[in-house]
This record gives sequence, structure tokens and C-alpha cells, in this order.
Amino acid sequence: MRVHLRVWRQPAAHAPGGFEEYDLDDVSPDMSFLEMLDILNEQLVAEGREPVAFDHDCREGICGSCGMMINGQAHGPERGTATCQLHMRKFDDGAHIVIEPWRAAAFTVIKDLSVDRGALDRIIQAGGYITAPTGSAPEANSLPVPKEVADASMDAAACIQCGACVAACPNGAAHLFTAAKVAHLNLLPQGQPERFTRVQAMVDEMERWFGSCTMHGECEAACPKEISIDFIALMNRDYVKAQFKNRRLIAQSA
Amino acid sequence: MAQTTSDHQLTTTQRGHAPAVPAGTEAPAAPTQVAPVRRPAPWDAWWPVRFYRSSIGKKWVMAVSGIVLLLYVLLHMIGNLKVYLGRNEVNHYAEWLRTMLTPALPRTVALWILRTMLITAFFGHIVSAYQLTRMNQRARPVKYQSPRDYVAANFASRTMRWTGVIVGLFVIFHLLDLTWGTANSHFVRGDVYDNLKHSFQRPVVAAAYIVANIALAIHIYHGAWSMFQSLGLNNPRFNAWRRHFATAFAVVIGVGNVSFPVMVLAGVIH
Ligand code: HEM
Ligand code: FES
Repeated sequence: MRVHLRVWRQPAAHAPGGFEEYDLDDVSPDMSFLEMLDILNEQLVAEGREPVAFDHDCREGICGSCGMMINGQAHGPERGTATCQLHMRKFDDGAHIVIEPWRAAAFTVIKDLSVDRGALDRIIQAGGYITAPTGSAPEANSLPVPKEVADASMDAAACIQCGACVAACPNGAAHLFTAAKVAHLNLLPQGQPERFTRVQAMVDEMERWFGSCTMHGECEAACPKEISIDFIALMNRDYVKAQFKNRRLIAQSA
Repeated sequence: MAQTTSDHQLTTTQRGHAPAVPAGTEAPAAPTQVAPVRRPAPWDAWWPVRFYRSSIGKKWVMAVSGIVLLLYVLLHMIGNLKVYLGRNEVNHYAEWLRTMLTPALPRTVALWILRTMLITAFFGHIVSAYQLTRMNQRARPVKYQSPRDYVAANFASRTMRWTGVIVGLFVIFHLLDLTWGTANSHFVRGDVYDNLKHSFQRPVVAAAYIVANIALAIHIYHGAWSMFQSLGLNNPRFNAWRRHFATAFAVVIGVGNVSFPVMVLAGVIH
């Protein structure tokens, strides 16, 4: 199949960038989107031109490195799919495909399609962990977790930190990312002792870099792990509670 | 030993307040490093200040003030339906609003308490809407250079600012027209029925009223759903109902309010 690409090229951070057009004539429908870009880069290198920089690592949808705006949608048109898992068969023969890097104040373009997503790490650093060094994992049955809770926590933990929620959000908000990371620990018994300091710290860090949530739901639609915006409501509730909690009474109700 | 424990507790408790990385110890700036778009409130600031500084706090203010405004538009609409019961009914109701809770309170005091709540909610709503909008603009200073293809955002959610501004401007005109009478040459204080009739007999005013109330209904369609999320009211048992609630609220308010100018122009209210 043939595709016409319009790709954002930018030599370095803070340097001016623009779209460049490329035609690929021999793309297999079974290729992944990134393999298609590999073909493009081989072609560019053969022509002695600079290849397109883009982030990728696992290419199996679990590391969260890949990610780009494809025809105006984060990770492209396929729901619940990271860019590396998107296949060219989702596009028509002769399709025009526009590729742009994630855009947000906190996400500087490093080069071409590759952006610095360090602000998401700062949110994790602020509280996305359990402080106590507990050694190796305890016997699983010694700490019973209701099935529903384990499932909900697991759904939140599916977040691969790709930044698609921020990229897709019309407001440039990181609420879905932060909510997933907060909920993943705040739902579990192990997360309870630091539940309210965690949500306070992570939200406060998020506030330094990102926008606000208007509940458009674009993040949920873009998320390759289909994480629900219900978690945002949980985070909002825990953040309000964090303002009121008397930590000494916590034993009575979490 | 006791010392160690309390030190540990101190750092754990403070973690929510102090910056994650102490100032000056941050890694040397990478060329891609960006300045934060906002500074958080000082960690020892009074908690409502800290809370309001966050977007979650502002959205909480939007939601609570939104609930006050929703209650108001609902009661206002129900009250106005009394025009269909006739001139005396609605004028009597308007007078009751002023004599509410008398003789316990002097005349119009109860009304002014309600009005104060309403004005506070209105300004809280507008101020936080403005601040959130600015916050979002700063969070994406460089827009996407290719067209976005939205999948989940709907017309209502994307036009909240505009429907909000239309409603806000309309409220000003509405007060000039039917509360103070400045914009209504036939205005007679206390004669609600005739004031309303004379106002809507001007087709331009009737049209503006209809447009503003459709904007209000669209605003409510998203707002009355979104407020549940902002307040963290999320439960699989009633999540589906939040959508139905917002739709029903928008339809009831829209249809009820739009009926008044339509019925004046149709001669039903005469
Ligand atoms: C009687 C009139 C009004 C009612 C009943 C109303 C109701 C609401 C409700 C319930 C929300 C949802 C809050 C949330 O998501 O937590 C909302 C959001 C909003 N309102 Fe209003 N509102 C009114 C007037 C206005 C006015 C006059 C403006 C502005 C000039 C305005 C601007 C907004 C904006 C921008 C949002 C979205 C905020 C965001 O999610 O970022 N509203 N409104
Ligand atoms: S490359 Fe790892 S998720 Fe796509």
C-alpha cells in the first residue's frame, strides 16, 4: 500500500520546526506504524537525509515510550492501542497521515516526534510509591484484598506513562495519569498509611506543570490501556478529603 | 530510638507539603527542561488557600457554585411557570418572594439572603472559570499545528466558556429588563405579568432570550454531569444516572424557559 506522510520535523528543542511531506510506495498492511516509520527512515538515510526521531522501546505496548499524534488523535485512530501496536491495515491505501509530537507546556520537543515527558516522572517522585522498605513480597494470603479492589487497582496500574492523556486533553491536563497512579496505590491496603499525603503531594506536583480537567473524556478515549476517568473522580475525592483528614483518627476510617 | 521514629514521622507528614526535591538540589537543567507553568501555594499557607490554588479546588468551587446556580435556575423556572396560572398568581408569587419569612424577618431580608448567596456563587463560578481557562492556555502554549480529531469531547463540553459567557451577558440584560426595568419602557414595578409580556412582545428580546436559554441548556447538559466528577461523586450504582440527570435537567430548564417568549409571541400570555 501507498501512504502520504506529513511529519513534524524539528532539529532541536526550542528550534523552529515544520511539516515535511514524504511518500512511501511499498508499505505492507501487516507492518506496525513504527515499522512503517522505520521504512521511511531507511529511505531517508539512503537519500543521505536526517531520519525522523521518535521514541520507542518495547514495541509491544507495555513500555509507554512510543506515542505521537496521528491524524489528530493520540496514538492514532485505533482505540486502546499504543502507536507501536497500531497496524497499517487500519489505514486506507493512499492514505494521508499527519504525524505531530505531543504538545504541552511540560513536554518539550527534544527532536522531531520525541518529547521530554520528565514532568510525569516528577509526579511519581512526589508520592507514587510506598515509603516503607518492606523487603521481599509477603505471603499473598496474609493480606486479603477484595477481588473488586484488586481489579480496580490493577486497571489503574495498567498505566504505561505514555502521556497520551495529556496529549489528547484539550486543556493539557495530566489528571488521568495522576489519578491512575494515585488510585493504583490508594486502593490497596498497602497504600493506606500514606493515602492522603500521597494524593496531596502528587496533585500539587501535577499542578505545577499541567492544566485542569473539564471532563471532556478525551484522555480516556486516547489511553492505550483504556483507563477510566472514574479514577479522576476518586482522586478529586481523596484530594478534598486530604484537606480535612485528622491523621490521628485515620484508624477509625480511611 | 524514639527520636528516630518522630523524625521519620515528620518527614512522612511533611512530604505532602514540601517540594519533592529540595530547592537547589535539582539535577542540572537539560536543554529540554521547562519552567513549571505555576507555582504551588507555600506549604504552610492556610489550607483553603492551598486547596483553591489547585485546579481540583477551583473545579470544586465551580461545581458547588454550579449546584447553587442549578437550584436557582430550577426554582426560577418553576416560579415563572405561574404565568400560566394567570396574572394574579404570578404577581402574588413575586410579592411572596419579598414577604418570605416575615414577620420573623423584615420584608425582603430573606430574599436578599438568597440573592447574596446567588451573587457569591455567580462570581465564584465566573472567577474560577476564568482562572481555569488561563491555566489551560498556559498548559499548552504551542497548539497542535495539525487539525485535532476529537473522539469524546462533545459540543457542550467544548463550548462551556462560550455558553457561559452568553448566559452571563444575558443575565445582565435580564436584570436591566425585568428587575430594574431600565431596558423596558413599559416597566411597572411589581407587575411581573405585564412586564414579561411587554418585554417579549419585542421579537429581538424574545429571540435573545431563546438563544440565551438554549445556551444555558447546553451548558447544563455538560455541567450537571461534570460536577459529579469534580466532587468525586462516582459510583457504579448511579454513574449512568448522572448522564440522564444532566440531560433531563437541561431539557426541563430549556423547554420551560423557552416556552415563555414563545407563548407571549403566540398570544397565549396576553
Ligand atoms: C445560571 C447559570 C449557570 C449555571 C446553572 C452553571 C452551571 C455549571 C455547572 C453545574 C458546571 C459544572 C462544574 C463542574 O464541572 O464541576 C459549570 C461549569 C462551567 N461554567 Fe457554568 N453555570 C452558569 C453560568 C456560567 C457563567 C455565567 C459562566 C462564565 C462566564 C460559566 C462558565 C463555566 C465554565 C467555563 C465551566 C467549565 C469549567 C471547567 O470545567 O473547566 N457558567 N457551570
Ligand atoms: S514502544 Fe513500548 S509501548 Fe510502544
